[in-house]
Amino acid sequence: MAVASPGKIMTNVEAVRSTLYDALKRDERTVILGEDVGNRGNVFLITKGFIDEFGPERIIDTPIAEASIVGIAIGMAMEGLRPIAEIQFADFIYPAFNQIVGEAAKTRYRSNGEYTCPLVIRTPYGGGVRGALSHSVSIEALFYHVPGLKILAPSTPYDMKGLLNAAIEDPDPVLFLEHKRTYRLIKAEVPEEYYTIPIGKANVTKVGSKLTVVSYGLYAHQALDAANRLEDDGISVEVVDLRSVRPMDRGTILESVRKTRKLLIIHEDNKFGGIGAEISAMVAEEALFDLDAPIRRLAGPDVPAMGYALPLEEEFMISTERMADAMRDMVKF
Amino acid sequence: MATTITMPQLGETVTEGTVAQWLKKPGDNVEKYEAFVEVSTDKVNAEVPAPVTGTIRELLVKEGETVATGTAIAIIDEVGVASKPAPVEKEVGVGASKTPVPGETNAPSTFVPTDHPQAAAPQSNGTSHAVHNGSSEQVLRGASPAVRKLAREHHIDIATIKGSGANGRVTAEDVLQAAAMGPAAAVGQAIASGATAPISPPTAKPIPADGKSTYGEPIPGTIVPLNQARKIIAQRMVESKHNAPHAWSMVEVDVTNLWKWRTREKDAFTRDHGMSLTLLPFFIRAVVESIAVFPLMNARFVEQGIEVHKNVNIGIAIGLATNLVVPVIKNADKLSIKGLALAGGELIDKARRNKLGVDDLQGGTFTVNNNGANGSVASAPIINGGQAGIVTMEAVVKKPVVTKDDAIAIRSMMNVCLSLDHRVVDGYVASGFLADLKKRLEAMGPQGVL
Repeated sequence: MAVASPGKIMTNVEAVRSTLYDALKRDERTVILGEDVGNRGNVFLITKGFIDEFGPERIIDTPIAEASIVGIAIGMAMEGLRPIAEIQFADFIYPAFNQIVGEAAKTRYRSNGEYTCPLVIRTPYGGGVRGALSHSVSIEALFYHVPGLKILAPSTPYDMKGLLNAAIEDPDPVLFLEHKRTYRLIKAEVPEEYYTIPIGKANVTKVGSKLTVVSYGLYAHQALDAANRLEDDGISVEVVDLRSVRPMDRGTILESVRKTRKLLIIHEDNKFGGIGAEISAMVAEEALFDLDAPIRRLAGPDVPAMGYALPLEEEFMISTERMADAMRDMVKF
Repeated sequence: MATTITMPQLGETVTEGTVAQWLKKPGDNVEKYEAFVEVSTDKVNAEVPAPVTGTIRELLVKEGETVATGTAIAIIDEVGVASKPAPVEKEVGVGASKTPVPGETNAPSTFVPTDHPQAAAPQSNGTSHAVHNGSSEQVLRGASPAVRKLAREHHIDIATIKGSGANGRVTAEDVLQAAAMGPAAAVGQAIASGATAPISPPTAKPIPADGKSTYGEPIPGTIVPLNQARKIIAQRMVESKHNAPHAWSMVEVDVTNLWKWRTREKDAFTRDHGMSLTLLPFFIRAVVESIAVFPLMNARFVEQGIEVHKNVNIGIAIGLATNLVVPVIKNADKLSIKGLALAGGELIDKARRNKLGVDDLQGGTFTVNNNGANGSVASAPIINGGQAGIVTMEAVVKKPVVTKDDAIAIRSMMNVCLSLDHRVVDGYVASGFLADLKKRLEAMGPQGVL
């Protein structure tokens, strides 16, 4: 199967595929390992055909053993390879938690800088695809507490390529989260040439004056849609796509909030102890006296999992209408 | 619907106002709270905000014309209310209660029965009535950090702003809008300076601190025409001196210990509060304590008798290069020395920046004049009309003093002069007051608490 030719309109899944392909071509140290990444070509067909071109030593099918996938990848990274490990669904990452948090994130510190761990762990996450209990979860909050880890959650094909390249270049472990609902939903032009986007830099996707909305992943798109609808009613909302969950772009958030004086955070992961809690606390610490309204978080409910039944999934996922309503309320406040 | 706008009552003793300048002409659109006329009244020039949004239909009073408060001055065709049921022609006193309030609303007096509605209204005054949102406390409780910060920065009283947010909440934008319209929109503003000077456009605030002089340009051989403020100052001085038979007395006060106390506190105070600590707040504290002992010093002479004020509102005379202003610390007897320092400091700062509002200038019941800054050791001040007295602080001077045990010591001495309305009190009360004040000032020392 031909790899998507560069410089064209791509979906998110195509952007990831082409970036991985370029990385394999560019650097012989690049290795991909994970469940079904070889012969099956990944469940979303991201690596389809790679094993034929690059061989089973660089495109490695692994057993269903996530702790081993990450553990082996850590060893590869410490010894000079550039492994890109895949966790088939973020829901399955828990067995690898110890490897990621206890090993990868601490390698540089523990070895006093003698070893680093240039590892990328890619994983599709998020709901809205009838994935139910074990194919819908958001995991960012479980890891963003951990120093030594970088967590990226890009939302557009352009950002997928730029940040995945940055993650591969990065000398330390990066958790690369791909919202699976956006995989084939979002299309945009991606430049042909190699480029990176700085990790830790948010993107102001819409400039506005009455309210700052911070989001990432799928909801970055919906938040933008909602804000554009409000713009038609003459309500000006600024939308920030975080892109990088950790490190977080404090400067962009604070600058925006100081301008609009109101902050709404929208994420799919549940509210309690989520990314929004950290953003709220940071803004309260740094910009309390610029706030003209209580900070509000629109986030997933505190339930163990997303239901399979459509009404349950719809209840969990935040619709664009709900986002628009929340924005309207906050502007009116 | 046509709304008739009446001459507001911009001060407790004010019965008439002069239209200094129309900021709008017939046919102009006017936003609610947008300044549309400048009215000059007793010592104050105020831009008056429109009570409704609409189009100016007619201006009923010419510029320069003086009319009684409550007189119709303009008609505004209100926007968007014509279709409302029962469109009754209504009369709105802009930023003021419709009926002149007898006595002083700020200081309900012994002549106003306590069940009188106006006496019952706490701290109500003309300007804030029409735009009030609820009690100040309620407004403050709902004020966001941003609103508080902006209000502080722009010297705007949140309680005077009509909120556009949910449930009438005052938003940050409301504060900015009020600021852009000039403090007049929120408070009704401005010192008498430059009544005849061109009015700065609403967005051109703030007025420079060295605003127009009430003295005009004193060119030898010419007559400087009187502007409104100068006229008013002249008139009030004559009135006070004519109506109130002034008597005068002076005591010499040993402020050595007080000076030490102030010296000990001043650096920390400046560091904590960003303003200097002068003798003034100590002095005012002593004055309000003496007033508590001699309530007749906090009174005024009216036809029916001697009206003894309930509240103690201390005016501070501030001489500016351009004119004299006397902003008022309300309920000064309820404030600590620190509270007085902060309240006084804010008023002095506002005065220097020409930012005093009507609220700041009205309601005084007794006046303190810090006259010693330029070295004066004695002065005979004219009483602020409608008060029983005015007391001055003269320069603090080191002098050889014979002490109780007949030794000679170098002490820091300050003269305190009192002018009194002899209709209200006689020398017996006045000298008792002065002696009490002296005793309190001399008792103040480094052991005290601010």
